[in-house]
Amino acid sequence: MAKPLQTQNRRWIVTAIPYLWMVIFFLVPFFIVLKISFSNSEIAQPPYSPVFDLIVDGWDETLDKLASLTTDNYLRLIQDSIYSSSYLSSLWIAGSSTVMMLFIAYPIAYGMARAPKSWRPTLVMMVILPFWTSFLIRVYAWIAILSEEGLLNSALTWLGVIDEPIQILSTNMAVYIGILYSYLPFMVLPLYSNLEKMDDSLIEAAKDLGCTQIGAFWRVTFPLSLPGVIAGCFLVFIPAVGEFVIPDLLGGSDTIMIGKTMWEEFFNNRDWPAASGVAIALLIILMIPIMIFQTNEARQQEAGR
Amino acid sequence: MKRLSLFNVVSLTLGFTFLYLPIVLLVIYSFNAGRSVAVWGGWSTKWYGSVFENQQLLDAAWITLKVGVLSASVATILGTMAAIALSRHGRFHGRTLFSAMVYAPLVMPEVITGLSLLLLFVALNIDRGFWTIVLSHITFTMCFVAVVVQSRLSSFDRSIEEAALDLGCTPFMTFFRITLPIILPAVISAWMLAFTLSLDDLVIASFTTGPGATTLPMKIYSDVRLGVKPEINAICSLMVAVVTIAVIIASVLTKHQEVERERAERLAANAP
Repeated sequence: MAKPLQTQNRRWIVTAIPYLWMVIFFLVPFFIVLKISFSNSEIAQPPYSPVFDLIVDGWDETLDKLASLTTDNYLRLIQDSIYSSSYLSSLWIAGSSTVMMLFIAYPIAYGMARAPKSWRPTLVMMVILPFWTSFLIRVYAWIAILSEEGLLNSALTWLGVIDEPIQILSTNMAVYIGILYSYLPFMVLPLYSNLEKMDDSLIEAAKDLGCTQIGAFWRVTFPLSLPGVIAGCFLVFIPAVGEFVIPDLLGGSDTIMIGKTMWEEFFNNRDWPAASGVAIALLIILMIPIMIFQTNEARQQEAGR
Repeated sequence: MKRLSLFNVVSLTLGFTFLYLPIVLLVIYSFNAGRSVAVWGGWSTKWYGSVFENQQLLDAAWITLKVGVLSASVATILGTMAAIALSRHGRFHGRTLFSAMVYAPLVMPEVITGLSLLLLFVALNIDRGFWTIVLSHITFTMCFVAVVVQSRLSSFDRSIEEAALDLGCTPFMTFFRITLPIILPAVISAWMLAFTLSLDDLVIASFTTGPGATTLPMKIYSDVRLGVKPEINAICSLMVAVVTIAVIIASVLTKHQEVERERAERLAANAP
């Protein structure tokens, strides 16, 4: 039995290389962020203190430095209303656009699932294709449409709906439109893959038993599609909470979202410890939805088997 | 028999209009002779001309392309290894941590990934620039590769691999002669996904870059902040065209491969 043992020995390399990579570039950075979130902001290079160096400092000084770590950044997160309001408004914007998205995406996914079988791969491809083009470009395209002298205002004025251009760009309205547009495929695809598998005979049975078309939808189709609904909602909600590009380019100065606040803390104020604190707090907030999402996915996979 | 109702047709039409109209308008207005983004001033290709005269823009595009090819290639290798580890190696020590590390970056807000990688490079005292962007892009795209390849690995018949092993193939040879040819379409589309994610990335690159390494999204972003310019429409339209052509070629290729594979499987099944 020498051979299997030998192959067993070499097999671990396939696991070890990506494992090590993720430890260095994902796990370790996470702990560095955690450490810096407890540091003090400094006007220096790097702009935080203390900087640990066990070899140069020796044990005693390292211990002193450990004692200088503070929880000030977290206290500020609670006390300064800019942070709490940006967390709340991020959650609110992400949550309400997820609900709106469900109303937009469900009819599309439902229509795709009921389309003739030969059309379906093309329809799926058509939903994915815009997703392949740059996110930045898709957001940028809306600036030209929504701006005051933009295409939407010109069209509405031409149609006589409005007399004067209305401001849409640089408002929360534009942020909602941007999120709905950018994340639509994330909602449509899980819904479609769920609805497509659904057994038609269940609906026929419901109708035979006296359900109306709409009754059959609410009593049979929708409850059965719930795993797809949950997957889609979290795929939209989680990235939308931390979104930076959309609120920055489409939103105005009164649009505050946590991704933007963190970016400004980092790039404009050069306050790295504060930015790290914001990041850790964001992760903690997202932990619960991420865990619900993963449990849902795991249950789906079990059911699929 | 399923039939499309009027409601289905209307929702599909509106949905696809919503998805495509902004991009179509962007492309149309890139041919606008006037400077305005809303007033049509006649057809012109002059903005495409000025894109190719804008050295900064061309430099940024070249850097983006290099970062994309390099990071997608390494990410494809690492991600495929991760997928094999997750779907073929059963339970190994630290598997839970490993799968969490592979799946977490998929939903991690980009601002956090960017910040944490930057702080790593600062802590390690690495000069930031081209290579730090490449390392960062490898890290976040390899997770997408792992998911795409893993879904293919879990859906194919493992007995073929076992047969090869029984017939004396080493695991190494089995991978290159049996597994890889079967999962190749998934590996190729995973590479494409990694490549476009890298081309697309603004946030992570902004955090991890250094002097002299400006990628195209960073350049577009800083130009957009100064105002909408027809030149940006032109470069964006070019990017849309490149991606559309690449996706269509890839889908034709995978379709062709699938047809070939089905034919081979049918032949194998009918063999005496």
